[in-house]
Amino acid sequence: MSSSPPRRTALDALHRSLGATMTDFAGWDMPLRYGSERDEHTAVRTRAGLFDLSHMGEITVTGPEAAALLDHALVGDMGSVKPGRARYTMICAADGGILDDLIVYRLHETEYMVVANASNARTVVDALTERAGGFDAVVRDDSDTVALLAVQGPAAPGILAQLTEADLDGLKYYAGLPGTVAGVAALIARTGYTGEDGFELFVAPADAEKLWQALTEAGAPAGLVPCGLSCRDTLRLEAGMPLYGHELSTSLTPFDAGLGRVVKFDKSGDFVGRAALSESASRAAENPPRVLVGLVAEGRRVPRAGYSVVADGKVIGEITSGAPSPTLGKPIAMAYVDAAHSAPGTAGVAVDIRGSHEPFEVVALPFYKRQK
Amino acid sequence: MSINPQQLRYSKEHEWLSPAEDGVATVGITEFAANALGDVVYAQLPEVGQTVTAGETCGELESTKSVSDLYSPVSGEVTEINQDVVDDPALVNSAPFEGGWLFKVRVAEEPAELLSADEYTEFSGS
Repeated sequence: MSSSPPRRTALDALHRSLGATMTDFAGWDMPLRYGSERDEHTAVRTRAGLFDLSHMGEITVTGPEAAALLDHALVGDMGSVKPGRARYTMICAADGGILDDLIVYRLHETEYMVVANASNARTVVDALTERAGGFDAVVRDDSDTVALLAVQGPAAPGILAQLTEADLDGLKYYAGLPGTVAGVAALIARTGYTGEDGFELFVAPADAEKLWQALTEAGAPAGLVPCGLSCRDTLRLEAGMPLYGHELSTSLTPFDAGLGRVVKFDKSGDFVGRAALSESASRAAENPPRVLVGLVAEGRRVPRAGYSVVADGKVIGEITSGAPSPTLGKPIAMAYVDAAHSAPGTAGVAVDIRGSHEPFEVVALPFYKRQK
Repeated sequence: MSINPQQLRYSKEHEWLSPAEDGVATVGITEFAANALGDVVYAQLPEVGQTVTAGETCGELESTKSVSDLYSPVSGEVTEINQDVVDDPALVNSAPFEGGWLFKVRVAEEPAELLSADEYTEFSGS
């Protein structure tokens, strides 16, 4: 890894003044938690939480052939996304391996914003730039000129409504519209990574602190608290959402990850990875490799990424993410297991937790789904 | 101002040891360690009657993010474990020097390597 000093978000001083425990994440110094991560998790499930996600990568793609470029570069049908809407998609290598999972916002007919994981932002910028050859479109890395705040949880709409005239009721899940929040110009998106209702607010770094303070004040009566990456991880795990580097990697295709639905073979034109992905789709249908499943512990010991899943004394899979679930009150995990052991309720599945085989129940994902 | 009680002694593995009463001393982890772990969700403590050895692992503490070995700061026989912590591991975070104690040991041998409160404060920067 590089030895360069960690990058800091526009809210760095504020996090420190709040007493955050900081952690290195993909080269960024980010808040891990401010107090108890379980309390932060519960706040998002029951009230609201405020996150600094400015480490995420934002890449703008503009030009008459912006849609055509993204249709070529990504596995989704980006030309079919209506302006003002967003789409979950992936960028794959020519061999079908996942380079990153993305949320792509179509801001205008000829302008998209691609949101990449911090750890992959450089890779995505480079791949899009390379794949832009021959298209009348420009790829621009805006990661340093965009700060990202998220307000997540059932109280999020009420809190945000106090600070904006924007039509939040009309803003659907996976939609984004430009507006003003607390006097700050923002792209207001109804997205998140927590399994709750909520918003992500893309703003200029210079405005981030003003917006954070306004959300903190407006949210205080509803019980909004600042939240770190630790609870973000347990929230997304409960919601069964994959995390790059855990459930997704270059050695897996979207079909291997059970997310083949993001690959759109019927879109117009060729796209990077098409041939390999077509083969992968057939393989997954006929002779499924390992399958991503949920595991719930019967005991109290916590499975961690990399631990072996076993049955009849044989290794049948590997944990990709594991944590104590605040909502279920039990340890949970996601794991890739052999298809023969992947059905919910499969008996005799255990996790090798530092030499001891602890019994686990195979369940369907997600672990948690909010009541709408 | 130090958060580490003066009457306790400390290991470099961030355990504390109380002065022995009738030959029995209490063991816990420091507030510095509890803060570094985050919310403790599971404590696997040694069993009553088990012999523990200074500097060797005798259990583990699971937090949201990781699992950490628990080292005994003293050698001897375990006489009691804190059932309250087994039932509610969050006590380790909320009261690491008091209600969040972990186990008691009949001290077989006075440990030599432990730090004073001031030395531990300097060592841990807490």
